Amino acid sequence: MPESDSRPASNLPPLSLHIPEPRYRPGDTPDFGDIVVPEVGATPRPSEDSKPDAMRDMCYGLVRVLDFDGQAKGPWDPKIAPERLRAMLRYMMLVRAFDDRMFRAQRQGKTSFYMKCTGEEATSVASTMALDRSDMCFPSYRQQGILITRDYPLIQMMNQIYSNRGDHLLGRQLPIMYSAPEHGFFSVSGNLATQYPQAVGWAMASASKGDSRIATVWCGEGSSAEGDFHSALTFATVYNAPVIFNVVNNQWAISSFSGFAGGERTTFAARAVGYGIAGLRIDGNDPLAVYAATQWAADRARTNNGPTLIEHFTYRSEGHSTSDDPSAYRPSDEPTIWPFGDPIARLKQHLVTLGEWNEARHEAQRTELDDLVKTTQKQSEKLGILGHGMHQPFETMFQDVFEEMPWHLKEQCDQMLAEQEAKFGPNWKPE
Amino acid sequence: MNMIEAINSAMDVMLERDPNTVVMGEDVGYFGGVFRATAGLQKKHGKTRVFDTPINECGIIGVAVGMGAYGLRPVPEIQFADYIYPGLDQLVSEAARLRYRSANDYICPMTVRTPFGGGIFGGQTHSQSPESIMTHICGVKTVIPSNPYDAKGLLIAAIEDNDPVVFLEPKRIYNGPFSGYYDRPVEPWSKHEASAVPEGHYRIELGKAATVREGEALTILAYGTMVHVTKTIVEEMGVDAEIIDLRTLLPLDIDAIEASVKKTGRCLIIHEATRTSGFGAELAALVQERCFYHLEAPVERVTGFDTPYPHSLEWAYFPGPVRIATALTKILKD
Repeated sequence: MPESDSRPASNLPPLSLHIPEPRYRPGDTPDFGDIVVPEVGATPRPSEDSKPDAMRDMCYGLVRVLDFDGQAKGPWDPKIAPERLRAMLRYMMLVRAFDDRMFRAQRQGKTSFYMKCTGEEATSVASTMALDRSDMCFPSYRQQGILITRDYPLIQMMNQIYSNRGDHLLGRQLPIMYSAPEHGFFSVSGNLATQYPQAVGWAMASASKGDSRIATVWCGEGSSAEGDFHSALTFATVYNAPVIFNVVNNQWAISSFSGFAGGERTTFAARAVGYGIAGLRIDGNDPLAVYAATQWAADRARTNNGPTLIEHFTYRSEGHSTSDDPSAYRPSDEPTIWPFGDPIARLKQHLVTLGEWNEARHEAQRTELDDLVKTTQKQSEKLGILGHGMHQPFETMFQDVFEEMPWHLKEQCDQMLAEQEAKFGPNWKPE
Repeated sequence: MNMIEAINSAMDVMLERDPNTVVMGEDVGYFGGVFRATAGLQKKHGKTRVFDTPINECGIIGVAVGMGAYGLRPVPEIQFADYIYPGLDQLVSEAARLRYRSANDYICPMTVRTPFGGGIFGGQTHSQSPESIMTHICGVKTVIPSNPYDAKGLLIAAIEDNDPVVFLEPKRIYNGPFSGYYDRPVEPWSKHEASAVPEGHYRIELGKAATVREGEALTILAYGTMVHVTKTIVEEMGVDAEIIDLRTLLPLDIDAIEASVKKTGRCLIIHEATRTSGFGAELAALVQERCFYHLEAPVERVTGFDTPYPHSLEWAYFPGPVRIATALTKILKD
């Protein structure tokens, strides 16, 4: 800009653009000492029909139930019976065993892609356990714990991951984009946060029909920056929709720390305040806190008191996906010094403290689950792995674009079949 | 009925017949819609069936997808097609793909109604014709009526269809067919035979074109407002054109197009939308591929220009009588 066009000099300092930067990068020594870890039991538990503005402080605090010695304390203690706690632990351990095995399967070239939820198992498992089996879940791609908690067959998950002959989604979807209507699990989309307004629509439909079922939806803190998040919260508050919004704040959206989603200046739970929605911020590595908060929100929704936004404060312990190397953007020891520990270890400690669990049983269960996953994997691999040809009939590619196949897709299907014949000869068709 | 009344009647019929039908959008509830298309429906069917929404197109379409997953049959309205873009991710990535990606676990039986097209001094953001954006999405059907009778029958068929449908309503002809001569008085629908619309339920199958005028000299492919503009010019020039109103752009009635072009040997495509990558390009390619040896002249396209829709220069932009006449003369001479 020519000098003459610029604004006259003033005594104001020059403006500066703020670009958020995580505090620690590879090579740094991370220190989370400044993260406030409130005393267990210190946070009050408002009643489920509280006005959203009475929930304000809950959006800036942190609901915790389990202390680091394994004691459950305070008004949020959901007082779950030991056998339920053991079931919760088992589901969380199964999720981890499944993740580890499938991650390895990707590394062995048996499939193209996988995403673990290590460190975040409580945010889906404990949450799902607090819901009714008929409530509808709209997950992102990191809530495999919902399916596992609802006893969805592991082999079906694996078949989907391998895109094999048993894949219920006919090899159309990238691994882990499951769909399971019988288990109240909505089809996972690759487009982030789109499930947010959809969950609200489902909840609105349920309410308009006088149903008693509610909807729950998950996204990460990174995707909460999407416009759909705003759309969803606006519609939910306008129609008082019976929906639970979960924001799993695991600190990282691939390589971007939560500051790029607005996390430097406020909490994600606090987003609720501006919408007139009840907000809760919880220790996402505390399975009892996750359970209690979900139960609170579910009761609230079921009694027509409206939506709740829950921020699960947690940490993504591993890479974003099998295509990601987190050592390129964060210190490698960051996950291990995260002040809230590991959700499985914490629940295990609680059960041990209660005298309802011990090391030997834990180890036995770990072995049992590893074996279960391994055995299931072998069964699934009999139906094929990616790239080994034991896939779906070719013409399924053209089915289900519409309810009925229009002429242009029929023509293209014929073309594709002819291409296969040209490639593999007249008897090319498998089985 | 005029087109608004016919569209209103279609929704009224479906709200009555199917308790899962819901109508929603900006100003559609109490007020009855900025074009009156939903007038009286909330009062008759109740607030949980017909309701106003926040000004949020992503929300409108996204919520409708969720309602469809529950088992409702939502009929969301986008106030102007020019404003569908904030909802496009929900339409392209979600509504259109839901059946496919879930292998029929979930479907999206949604009909997005939206007024489109120019000729009303709507300027850039009340005049657009985005149909080729819709037809490029796999998994969405695109329907455009050109008269009250078709509007009702097609809208009922669209609502009953189990796939997502984008139902584009040519707002220029809501109240009467448009000749293309902006300086002539508008004739109301009441003087047109297609204004005789049955009160009850009937449907016009999606994917079927209508022959508006039979002829031998050339085939004209048009839809929406341009059907009437075209008809006026053809009659004025005394050209023996076969005019096909496509009605559904996707799935397209390729048989009707092919049969007509093979008969006439010439094909003129007319739409308001901008030219480059417009739906006319798809039509021209299909005709060329399927009727090449029957063609006696190059396929011609009469379209809007490749500019944003102007305000003051609307009638220089609009593909009106002069542009159509010029193309007709050229294609018949070739």
